[in-house]
Amino acid sequence: MKSTKAIVGAGVLASMLMLSSSVFAQTVGFSQIGSESGWRAAETTLTQQQAKERGIDLKFADAQQKQENQIKALRSFIAQGVDAILLAPVVATGWDSVLEEAKEADIPVILLDRMVDSSDDLYLTAVGSDLVHEGNVAGQWLVDELGGKDCNVVELQGTTGSSPAIDRKNGFEQAIKGHDNIKLIRSQTGDFTRTKGKEVMESFLKAEDGGKNICALYAHNDDMAVGAIQAIKEAGLKPGEDILVVSIDAVPDIFQAMAAGEANATVELTPNMAGPAFDALAAYTKDGTMPPKFIQTESKLYTKDDDPMKVYEEKKDLGY
Amino acid sequence: MSGLGVFFRRIWPQLLTLAVIVGLISVMFPGFFDISIANGRLYGSPIDILNRGAPVALLAIGMTLVIATRGIDLSVGAVMAICGAVSAWGITAGYGLGATLLMALSAGLACGLWNGLLVAVLGIQPIVATLILMVAGRGIAQLITEGAILTFNHEGLIFFGSGSILSVPTPVVIWVLTGALVTLVVRRSALGMLIEAIGVNLRASTLAGVNTRVLLIAVYMASGLCASLAGVIAAADIRGADANNAGLWLELDAILAVVIGGTSLLGGRFSLIASLVGALVIQAVNTGILLSGFPPEFNLIIKAVIILIILVLQSPAMRTLLVFFSRDPRGVAETEKETVTP
Repeated sequence: MKSTKAIVGAGVLASMLMLSSSVFAQTVGFSQIGSESGWRAAETTLTQQQAKERGIDLKFADAQQKQENQIKALRSFIAQGVDAILLAPVVATGWDSVLEEAKEADIPVILLDRMVDSSDDLYLTAVGSDLVHEGNVAGQWLVDELGGKDCNVVELQGTTGSSPAIDRKNGFEQAIKGHDNIKLIRSQTGDFTRTKGKEVMESFLKAEDGGKNICALYAHNDDMAVGAIQAIKEAGLKPGEDILVVSIDAVPDIFQAMAAGEANATVELTPNMAGPAFDALAAYTKDGTMPPKFIQTESKLYTKDDDPMKVYEEKKDLGY
Repeated sequence: MSGLGVFFRRIWPQLLTLAVIVGLISVMFPGFFDISIANGRLYGSPIDILNRGAPVALLAIGMTLVIATRGIDLSVGAVMAICGAVSAWGITAGYGLGATLLMALSAGLACGLWNGLLVAVLGIQPIVATLILMVAGRGIAQLITEGAILTFNHEGLIFFGSGSILSVPTPVVIWVLTGALVTLVVRRSALGMLIEAIGVNLRASTLAGVNTRVLLIAVYMASGLCASLAGVIAAADIRGADANNAGLWLELDAILAVVIGGTSLLGGRFSLIASLVGALVIQAVNTGILLSGFPPEFNLIIKAVIILIILVLQSPAMRTLLVFFSRDPRGVAETEKETVTP
């Protein structure tokens, strides 16, 4: 109870600060894809929090995975005369005409998390993470952690052919390139799910001498890692010690595993895309500073030294 | 003795297929048959096939009965998601294990009742009737889990996914027992014959005095119950209910298991054991692909090619060809007799 008061107090204080620094009490429209994953739910929650902290009146529209709903929402934002629009586009194509309408109405559009195929003068900036970089950070952690020791790595890929799976694989391979002590011995898709992550890890363990031949697991997302950790435990090995576990996303459950010593590292795909977006918007409305066309969010590495239980407590109510 | 002979004549193609696939895997992966005990539980690739095959095997039991009535149940994957979500919700909300399981199984029965009413009372075609729940079911499951993966740490519930009874993984025990029980019930009574009668000719069965309406509803409820067992196992296995992914596309695997088992989609004669062997064939293919170490881009192609070969070998055209080449003296004599008689 006390803590909520403190948070509200901090929020009010922050919003007062924001108000004093900029007199623009803004209305921003936010067209979200939907709530298909926990991460997206967390993105929505954080966007609303960030808007509240800055005293921005956020108009939220959930498109339920449909582009036509997003275009409708954008047109209604333009008709209402909002000061800016945040758009998390469900697909990359087909945005030209509605973005031009926004441009004619002098409403800056900021893309969140995903890109569009339209020409880049139709939007102010795009905020997103670099998927290759995420894989790179994970690989670099493993290189540093091993310090030259020989290590056979197994990889749980995301859905075959999806861009996170391709990019996170490439990034990791770039990072371990030139380190001959690290060998990628098996790589299979776990479809980004816990069930498949567990099933595929079970087969890895059997195929590699009951797991004795495996020294580390790299999973393209935390959910697969959580499933694989259970498979490792059921095989009578200690995840985090016998087999190092590094994954990407930083969802709350992986921090519980990390606190229990069963996972070693995770790279955050931050759901706070709105913070940098609002910062860029504030600078733009204040004195017309043009932000770069792509704002890359930080891919922060978390290990057991980052007080996983505390991070878990912070993240668990974001709607993941 | 002759009953047993007939039984093996019925399922030998399925058993042979399974043996060939297992043989192929063990050639590619020599350690396949190594079975040990880890954490008081049998551990090895054959055990994985039995264990991972549990959801599809359970779904196949219900699906066989439904298909025997000339129906189909597309909703089982979504029902799995619903029942998994209900069990995770029940246990985290503090209900006991018994109450939670009761709720999950009731949810499955209720889904089956819904499908059954649409098919038997309103007379909607089964593929359309069950499509409704297939689409809506995942939404219902998401409402229960509020869109997140609902995790739990209740040892009692986890037991159904990763526990063991006398070293045998619990999911294996559950599907074997369910299969045996359902087989006994339908084959030791007239129930199986009545189900087949519905599949062969619904109107004739009704006219002959079979209560087809109640029987149809019961069959869909049995399918829902099997799906709920599978859903609880799937959730307990990962200690969480994943409304988006639990049981995704498994209805197709279940139908495939029934087809591999040699039961016609046009209804009529069915074999539960053959369907269960069919489910094991599918899982053996999946596990084999994972063990083989091929790049994941090949997974679906390899699976499709193997399934294609199995189905071609089972096709009526191929069977005729086999009879022709085997020159079964009895078969030849019969055909000769037929041609001779005017």
